[in-house]
Amino acid sequence: MTVDLRPTLAVWKFASCDGCQLSILDCEDELLALAGAVHIASFTEMSRARVEGPYDLSLVEGSITTAEDAQRIREVRESSRRLITIGACATAGGIQALRNFAQGGEYARAIYAHPEYISSLSTSTPISAHVQVDLELNGCPIDRRQLLEVIVAELVGRRPVIPGHTVCQQCKVRGTVCLLVAKGIPCLGPVTRAGCGALCPAIDRGCFGCFGPSEGANPRALAQQLLDGGMTPADASRLFATFYSGNPVFGDQAQTLARSGKAGGSGDASEVAGAEEPT
Amino acid sequence: MTHGSGARRTVSVEGISRVEGEGSLLVEVRDGVVEEVALTIFEPPRYFEAMLRGRRASEAPDITARICGICPVAYQMSACGAVEDACGVTVDRRIGELRRLLYCGEWIQSHALHVYLLHAPDFLGCQDAVELATLDRAAVERGLAIKKTGNRIMEVVGGRAIHPVNVRVGGFYRAPSRDEVAALAEPLRRALDSALATVEWVAGFEFPDVEGEYRFVSLRSPGRYPIESGRVVSSDGIDTTASGFADLSVEEHVARSTALHARIEGRLDYLTGPLARYALNANELPEVARQAAAAARLGPVCLNPFKSIIVRAVELVFACHEALRLVEAYEPPDLPAVAVPARAGSGAGATEAPRGLLFHRYELDGDGLITSARIVPPTSQNQIIIESDLRRVVQGALDLSDEELTWRCEQAVRNFDPCISCATHFLDVTVVRS
Repeated sequence: MTVDLRPTLAVWKFASCDGCQLSILDCEDELLALAGAVHIASFTEMSRARVEGPYDLSLVEGSITTAEDAQRIREVRESSRRLITIGACATAGGIQALRNFAQGGEYARAIYAHPEYISSLSTSTPISAHVQVDLELNGCPIDRRQLLEVIVAELVGRRPVIPGHTVCQQCKVRGTVCLLVAKGIPCLGPVTRAGCGALCPAIDRGCFGCFGPSEGANPRALAQQLLDGGMTPADASRLFATFYSGNPVFGDQAQTLARSGKAGGSGDASEVAGAEEPT
Repeated sequence: MTHGSGARRTVSVEGISRVEGEGSLLVEVRDGVVEEVALTIFEPPRYFEAMLRGRRASEAPDITARICGICPVAYQMSACGAVEDACGVTVDRRIGELRRLLYCGEWIQSHALHVYLLHAPDFLGCQDAVELATLDRAAVERGLAIKKTGNRIMEVVGGRAIHPVNVRVGGFYRAPSRDEVAALAEPLRRALDSALATVEWVAGFEFPDVEGEYRFVSLRSPGRYPIESGRVVSSDGIDTTASGFADLSVEEHVARSTALHARIEGRLDYLTGPLARYALNANELPEVARQAAAAARLGPVCLNPFKSIIVRAVELVFACHEALRLVEAYEPPDLPAVAVPARAGSGAGATEAPRGLLFHRYELDGDGLITSARIVPPTSQNQIIIESDLRRVVQGALDLSDEELTWRCEQAVRNFDPCISCATHFLDVTVVRS
């Protein structure tokens, strides 16, 4: 019997949509090569086979929203040499972190006839709030090219090339005309981390921040510009409070805007969609 | 894992794999009779219906997409449908056709994923597609190539394969150019050939001899196999709108599950998904898909849940053929989106996610804000049927060893391509014999 010297990879899921781990299976051209270079030892969405740890590399998707998961992530950490979070949920709490701003129990009561059957924490927190994380990969969902870069970098033992600059800068590289300046379309590009490829502005849509805050982001300045452009504080608050409300850079700005909105009257709009953005 | 001996046996597995999400299954057998089957979903709840309250209706497609990374387009399309219904808006034909093309991309991606990577390994005794590739690399590569074509459609039309960015209430942010869409034709022709080979491949698998009794529910759309629109119909005579069906449907909250169980009022359970769509709409399939189904000896109605893999493969043929038709007929809409003026009211949207009917119902206020939301995913609707199917499958397979019986149970769950992330809103397997 030959000894398998390949590094072992494990993929874990917490509260999430499965989209980031699907990114692995979406590497259609690379999947079989990847499965040759590493031993996929535990990946429930893909395989029945499960090899006991320890694992050389764990990829963690999802946020911590139950007491059981808070314990399980400690066990995952203990069995992993390196632990990388993949996506907005694992890195910042995800869209479900919106519950962090709600009154206790309000969310469960809104959906379940018997909230007493549900044992769920009142917060959705990132993995880093519970255990040491070696690298965080952002995005809702992550970009599969960035994922491959991270895995390859881990395999050869170098630092991955993951930019910390903004979507705004990516637009300049792509040659996309600035929506905020030229068309007055609200856009989070100036404060959002690059990595998606600046997809939205290229289709005449303002960035909605699905890769989270960039390094050194100044959301306050952008918020003022959005308000100056005629956006209501309530709408600006919603824009900051979607996929990365669990990251204080966006979350605090959203809260500040929400408070100023209440002080200054609620916003209104005559259209669900269509009027504020040119088509 | 197997423990116990003689007449008392317990079989347990810590997590059914190759499904999307987390849960467990308990089967209790006493004196050769299956007494209890309980599907427990422990996927933590994420409270989407609560998150939507106070959000703009225009945000619903992006927020609800995050319920499921495997079928985000289904969520986006049902959300758009519900908001547009509430606001009394109908999109024009070309926008509707572009939505159908995008949705074909998701069907192709999701069905190829399920058939090749999640379900086929069971029939061939493999732990996963990586092991399957060691036996038949060409098959796995064929599946991955089909899947890639589905994702390519989602990228061209939707802007991104997972959580597309180009969908908005009223239509799209930007309609793709003729050239961008035309470039999809060649990969789709290859995918269509591969989909036909897929039907032939899966039709050759061995299937457990079991048939269910199902009340089927799916959309129906005259002249076309249902995807993004249609009326909700059933095998026992329901024929209603999305809104009408939302009125008929009730959800129960049971202690063991964070997913609500959906039934038709009067405690009637029903099945949604490929078997239901095929039974209620096979006559609408294009000739190439009908011939493939006939060659696979499928018949007009398929009641063997294990053969859902053949139906999925036939739908793969359909989706490739339909996408190719839409690509060849593509004309960009005059405007990528129609305006959707806000008005107070309620609306419902129902579409066919790859794994079954998905409906949303929203109440909106006059400012375009969501005041309440209800989202009923396919796995919530199928949960009761999955349990009754398992009871039948286990009862007919008690001669299997514990190891084999456990695997059979897992396979039976995977017949439904369940999305537990969606439903929680799934899987340890435990079989107790005494």
